[in-house]
Amino acid sequence: MSLLEIKNAKLNLDDKNILKDLSFSVNRGEVHAIMGPNGSGKSTLSYMLAGRDGYELESGDIYLDGQSLSEMEADERARSGLFLAFQYPVELPGVGGMSFLREAVNSRRKFLGEDELDHLAFVKEARKVASKMSVKDDMLKRAVNVGFSGGEKKRFEILQMAMLKPKVSILDETDSGLDVDALKIVSDGVNAQRNDDNAIVVITHYQRLLDYIVPDFVHILSDGRIIKSGGPELALEVEKNGYAGLINAA
Amino acid sequence: MVATKETIDKIKEVSGTYKYGFVTDLEAEKAPLGLSEDIVKFISHKKKEPKWLLEWRLKAYKKWLSMEAPNWAMVDFPKINFQDIYYYSAPKAKPKLNSLDEVDPELLRTYEKLGIPIKEQEVLAGVAVDYVFDSVSVVTTFREQLAKEGIIFCPISEAVQTHPDLVKKYIGSVIPISDNYYAALNSAVFTDGSFVYIPKGVKCPMELSTYFRINEQNSGQFERTLIIAEDNTYVSYLEGCTAPQRDENQLHAAVVELVAMDNAEIKYSTVQNWYPGDKDGKGGIYNFVTKRGNCIGKKSKISWTQVETGSAITWKYPSCVLKGDESVGEFYSVAVANNAQQADTGTKMIHIGKNTKSTIISKGISAGKAQNTYRGQVQIQKKAKGSRNFTQCDSLLIGDKCGAHTVPYINQFTPYARVEHEATTSKISEDQLFYCLQRGLDTEQATSLIVNGFCKEVMKELPMEFAVEAQKLIGISLEGSVG
Ligand SMILES: Nc1ncnc2c1ncn2[C@@H]1O[C@H](COP(=O)(O)OP(=O)(O)OP(=O)(O)O)[C@@H](O)[C@H]1O
Ligand SMILES: [Mg+2]
Repeated sequence: MSLLEIKNAKLNLDDKNILKDLSFSVNRGEVHAIMGPNGSGKSTLSYMLAGRDGYELESGDIYLDGQSLSEMEADERARSGLFLAFQYPVELPGVGGMSFLREAVNSRRKFLGEDELDHLAFVKEARKVASKMSVKDDMLKRAVNVGFSGGEKKRFEILQMAMLKPKVSILDETDSGLDVDALKIVSDGVNAQRNDDNAIVVITHYQRLLDYIVPDFVHILSDGRIIKSGGPELALEVEKNGYAGLINAA
Repeated sequence: MVATKETIDKIKEVSGTYKYGFVTDLEAEKAPLGLSEDIVKFISHKKKEPKWLLEWRLKAYKKWLSMEAPNWAMVDFPKINFQDIYYYSAPKAKPKLNSLDEVDPELLRTYEKLGIPIKEQEVLAGVAVDYVFDSVSVVTTFREQLAKEGIIFCPISEAVQTHPDLVKKYIGSVIPISDNYYAALNSAVFTDGSFVYIPKGVKCPMELSTYFRINEQNSGQFERTLIIAEDNTYVSYLEGCTAPQRDENQLHAAVVELVAMDNAEIKYSTVQNWYPGDKDGKGGIYNFVTKRGNCIGKKSKISWTQVETGSAITWKYPSCVLKGDESVGEFYSVAVANNAQQADTGTKMIHIGKNTKSTIISKGISAGKAQNTYRGQVQIQKKAKGSRNFTQCDSLLIGDKCGAHTVPYINQFTPYARVEHEATTSKISEDQLFYCLQRGLDTEQATSLIVNGFCKEVMKELPMEFAVEAQKLIGISLEGSVG
């Protein structure tokens, strides 16, 4: 059974059809990359999966580990192990990074029937993960994403992913805005979390990221449809020739 | 009027949403219904007051008769029938207590339900608590320890007997009986409250604390608190309130007066969660309070911090009169209004002395159909050269049926002063909510997190245990407002 399965997903925004009969599935242990031109529906797909208000499916269905997500609220999906690293992480003024992380982790643990971590154990764990991601301790004391640089925001997203240990992670352009060193750090952070039980979907415009996070499959999304799927070589082709040829061929 | 078993059951039945909605079955000794000169005399007589105080009360009563209820606040409520209120009630078995064991067990249970286990508080928190149950103080703890330092912390009715000179000198010195309609009423009929005196050079070694509780049906609450800090002193005072659920509106018109001499600092913190009424605005407390501090001394400082989540109507402006040169006034406020609640609150900073400084940080949160108004006055008088004020008013709206209003009045009579005012209005954005949900927080958790983030600057001014309680209260009072 696939860990994530999208079956004939159709979705409208303001009466405009954005996702058109979209299907693909992701097995345990796999990394899938989704590439596609601006406005092709990549972020829409990620919001749809995460259960954002207003992004309900017109028809079709999605399954996480065999369970249909359509009737589940965003927070239930998250607690069930679906994680979205945002293309544009949101600022939460006054909300300390550490307490935000703790609430998130404890919600997930509670769902899994695990005890909530006590304060000290949690802080220790968070610091450990943070240092791996080259996130300074003082960033955890600051308000979530407020005044963070573009790269810091992305690193903080992956830090959250590492703390939450999701089954399926969708990374929406996590590489955009990262400098060369940060790209390596973030990719290492993601790779460290790859295992046989989880799966990762990376949305990106750049082949460069896929040198670090090597995908098993690459899908090309255009105008709300997957027009081509293949192995890592497909990304190289896009890098070289752009989307035009692929779109025309479709 | 004793709460019958039936009443208690009924209250229990309907009070599901208000955790503290229950009634203590204590026989109360009451003055007859209504207000007259005789009632004022009755109260004074009950309390065995000296003649000067009775005369003071009667003067206030006469003044009150000549005054009109104010109507300038942005609040809307039916006219109060002052003849339909009991002005005095006391738990009947009023004991002289040597220890907590002698306290009426029914009363102790009430406090336990409120989450204030007296014994634990004594031992753990090191807080001296002067409980006010309806109108009469029942238990005073830690008084001996404070007495060693020369600190007086007792019910004001007791201070009238034991330290009449101090009371006579300062009562009404900050808020004269003619100050406003409700202050005049309070002066005429106040029943009890706290009295604190910090002698020269003493830093109070613990937070002083009072838990107020409105209990008797139709018994208005008219507390009177007076805190005097002599030269070179420090005191932090906490006021926390909960009230049982009642259908009829209850009036609460307290008066709090603070006096700070040279180099004295008074920190006064309030967490107020009186019953706000139901979703449609039925029931709930009318909270019409006058609070003012006089910074008489040089370099004195008075700091008001308040978290207001309860009451149907809040009408409250803790203020500072900065007479002493270089004195400092601060006002940190969080006011939450949900459903049909109406809050009109703010502060007055009156700069009289040179180089005086005031800071106002006000955070208003509105949800449901609630109206939340910040009303603040900053007055810089002619001699207050070199004075500064900084005001920041932030409003957070949850939903689109509520309102936030900011009404600043600035009167500056010298050019040699600086007054700054900043105001913002924001909403909890859908992006923020979704971001939190995506991390597994539910809507209530997310809202409470964002709201507490919004209030952070004020919360950090509260003593630790109080801040935790206040955060919970804000969460509770916004329950059901989102999603
Ligand atoms: N509320 C809306 N109503 C109508 N159209 C919308 C709405 N929101 C987004 N769209 C459109 O949906 C399309 C897909 O947008 P989406 O953000 O998913 O693209 P994307 O593939 O993530 O692009 P990028 O690479 O620039 O991030 C775009 O054409 C966008 O303008
Ligand atoms: Mg996008």
